[in-house]
Amino acid sequence: MEIQSKKIDGTPVVAVFGRIDALTASEYEAAIQDALDGEDSRLILDFGGLDYISSAGLRVILATAKSLKSKGGQVLLAGACGTVKEVFDISGFCSIFTLYDSVSAAIAAVD
Amino acid sequence: MALSALSLQAIPDSLADAIAFISQHSESVLSPGKREGLLLAAEEAFINICSHTFPEGNGEVKITCLAKDDAFVVEISDNGPAFNPLLLPDPDVLSDIEQRHIGGLGVHFIRHFTDQAEYSRKNDRNILCLTLYGKKGEEDIPDT
Repeated sequence: MEIQSKKIDGTPVVAVFGRIDALTASEYEAAIQDALDGEDSRLILDFGGLDYISSAGLRVILATAKSLKSKGGQVLLAGACGTVKEVFDISGFCSIFTLYDSVSAAIAAVD
Repeated sequence: MALSALSLQAIPDSLADAIAFISQHSESVLSPGKREGLLLAAEEAFINICSHTFPEGNGEVKITCLAKDDAFVVEISDNGPAFNPLLLPDPDVLSDIEQRHIGGLGVHFIRHFTDQAEYSRKNDRNILCLTLYGKKGEEDIPDT
């Protein structure tokens, strides 16, 4: 698993590559915490380079979303495809998140 | 028919070995999409055993791979107390974000990404048997 964090127009974007499984999920969670500076209410998670995610990764996404929601913010999910998208779909993530095709589409929705 | 088995300590650190073993043996039998689903189901089953059955890490998990005709069967067994994960309720996939619980998704994935999932208890072992059938159920590959 590899992680790249940046800010686009002031919104933190965390891109993850490779696999999020039970062993790497805690590292992913730590990277998300690092990317949020406490002021941010919105966060974009980019899954365009992600090949695999298990329930351990979904737990991190949901915990992050709950935490931001309690501060009036939100998590936007971008770029999921293939098995990752299928996992999101069957987990019912579509009813709590909007899945954007790309980071740029998510950025456009933030404004 | 080919049969291979691997015994591992029931700790999350064994996950990579478990997945590599199943991945290697399913490579020639299953399409990439089916195989990816099986590996996800296997991770969920393995981690369930580590975290729920053996929180102290004092258990043993045996993984057996069997390729037979167009079927690929993974048997994941442990020497813990009787526990059938397939009896767990379906996960919450409808609540809004404040109420949403993440529990139960692992077993949901096991059911979804296998063609057949069966639990049995034999010789004081829990046995979870996951079956996938060749390339059945995959989208047709267009002739080019």
